[in-house]
Amino acid sequence: MERDVLHRLLSDMLLSRAFEERAAEEYGKGNIVGFLHLYPGEEAVGAGVLNAAAPSDYVVSGYREHAHALMRGTPAREVMAELFGRADGVSGGMGGSMHIFDAERRFMGGYAIVGESYPIAIGIAYAIAMRRLPEAVICFFGDGAVNQGTFHESLNMAALWRLPVLFVCENNHYAIGTEIHRHSAVTEVYKRAAAYNIPAEKVDGMDVSRVYDATRRALDLIRRGGGPQFIECETYRFRGHSMADPGSYRPVAEVKAQMARDPITTAIGEAAIRLPTQAELAEAGADTIARLTARMVEAGHLAEVEMEGLRKAADAVVEDAVQFALHSAEPTMAAAWAHMTCNRRDEVLI
Amino acid sequence: MSEETLYWQALNKAMDTELEADESVFTLGEDVGLVGGSYRATQGLMAKYGEWRVRDTPISEGSFTGLGVGAALVGMRPVVEIMTVNFMLLALDSIINAAAKIPFMSGGQFRMPLVIRVPGGIAKQLGAQHSQRLEHTIMNVPGLRIAVPSTPQDAYWQLRQAIASDEPIILLEHELLYFSKGPLDILAEAPPMHRAANRRPGRDVTIISYSRHALLSAAAAEELAKDGIEAEVIDLRSLKPIDWDTCAASVEKTHHLLIVEEDCRFAGAGAEIAATLGERCFGALDAPATRLAGLDMSTPFNGTLEAASIPQVADIVAAARKLCRPAKTPVAAAAE
Repeated sequence: MERDVLHRLLSDMLLSRAFEERAAEEYGKGNIVGFLHLYPGEEAVGAGVLNAAAPSDYVVSGYREHAHALMRGTPAREVMAELFGRADGVSGGMGGSMHIFDAERRFMGGYAIVGESYPIAIGIAYAIAMRRLPEAVICFFGDGAVNQGTFHESLNMAALWRLPVLFVCENNHYAIGTEIHRHSAVTEVYKRAAAYNIPAEKVDGMDVSRVYDATRRALDLIRRGGGPQFIECETYRFRGHSMADPGSYRPVAEVKAQMARDPITTAIGEAAIRLPTQAELAEAGADTIARLTARMVEAGHLAEVEMEGLRKAADAVVEDAVQFALHSAEPTMAAAWAHMTCNRRDEVLI
Repeated sequence: MSEETLYWQALNKAMDTELEADESVFTLGEDVGLVGGSYRATQGLMAKYGEWRVRDTPISEGSFTGLGVGAALVGMRPVVEIMTVNFMLLALDSIINAAAKIPFMSGGQFRMPLVIRVPGGIAKQLGAQHSQRLEHTIMNVPGLRIAVPSTPQDAYWQLRQAIASDEPIILLEHELLYFSKGPLDILAEAPPMHRAANRRPGRDVTIISYSRHALLSAAAAEELAKDGIEAEVIDLRSLKPIDWDTCAASVEKTHHLLIVEEDCRFAGAGAEIAATLGERCFGALDAPATRLAGLDMSTPFNGTLEAASIPQVADIVAAARKLCRPAKTPVAAAAE
């Protein structure tokens, strides 16, 4: 993989991790209130998919979406300020953590109703198809969302009319607290797409290069008129469902084993020139040793000193974002009313 | 110049005009294309504009309504037809959680030029699951607008105005009105979309209604006139927002208010109208505002019972008469 792509992937993942860990801290301090669903563990999916997308593509996501917005390029300041509910938030403080919208970057929302985003994604895709544009819509959703009726309805329509949508399932194996084998008769999510003749593939969602490559291939097919595509990324969230959820339904051994497959460690492993120490290998877990070693032999574009630089840059961006959010004003009730009637234009209603 | 036109033809003409004028307008729904719509509102349009702009959908109300929301987000002007209001229950997430909230919760970043056309009301013995009125459900949703055209002229005007608007608007069309006739002047200047219409001036009692029951109220007013009671009939034309000024001006003139609705009485549109006008016109009212509404009952299939479950012309006449000339108490009668 090219050096600059690797850099981007790694920077995005580091920024996302730093941002989310800091958000958890700010939540603890009471600066962020309400629901907060964090992304650590799943960074390879967002980074891989969004770095493979074009600026002209659209993104529709769920409620674990701050990281998606960051990786799409929404300034960390504006995302953090939205989490704080402040006027300078990307949604003016009206949306909150689950409703990040950024029209400029075609980030079409943050939806908090599971399964609500598919119809919106196919609607955007329908408009693209009508206008015959070389654009695509990326629709993120979790494994818990595939049992909603809209999943089947929307995949059917997407396939029926060959709409330019890339469905990306972030399979973290849990619908909040219910593990996939307890919520789905078919646990290999990608197989469901076959019911609608949508080409689907399953990739290791802890491996950013594989996600990136799969997304490139899928978007390429879409742009060549291949109709909707489907990618299932197997991943894992290191934290509970939200800040309100300690995730106690998951065995400690399972969480530890998954954390050993940390996508950032994997990406670094791929990028680093140096060989890992024995201690690092042991810590990384048996199943990633082979991967790490193999990758480091064939690739190797990044020195440890650069790595540290990326980490520090991410931390600095996040620190700046927190300061910005802290100093941003509370939105006014007048602003809230203005948003209620923002599309009234000069219409005379009565 | 006006021409006698059927209600569905007026909708069809409005749709045709908008499709012709603006390439971002398209319509979709079950059987709107090849078949031309269950009530013919889109008849002939697929042949003229092609299947991308007049799209037959699978039976997936939740998703094709949401498709409209997505398309509206990127500048299209979709007109979603939901075959009957009863099926709209399956699309409420897209309507309430998405269409109504996205412009607000995005901090004003997106327009929502979405129109949802919904036939509804009690037609003729369609059974409880096909004889609902759900205006009370959507009236309670901030961010939505609701038009209830009762005449071909209003259907034409309000559909065109709804398509031109950047806000999400639901048109509740009554199933018994599609084949009703009335004058249509496509050149006449339209009043604002949500302004109420005074269908019949009167001095003794104000009857406020909407949709098909506005027509029944006008018929009742003619009956009352024979009796010397001059009823003023206000057709709301809109349930959100409501033209309170027109309503209040009438109540201040007649001092009596009767609200007529086909929807169930409990927590219905009438309750909102009675409460608001009761507060605003308390001093002007000679008697409490009175509601005449559908029974709080699932609609019976039997024709006689069905008819008895919603206000009929005779019921409106009786209610207005009672309001204007309350039965004398024995004491009052003796005093005379």
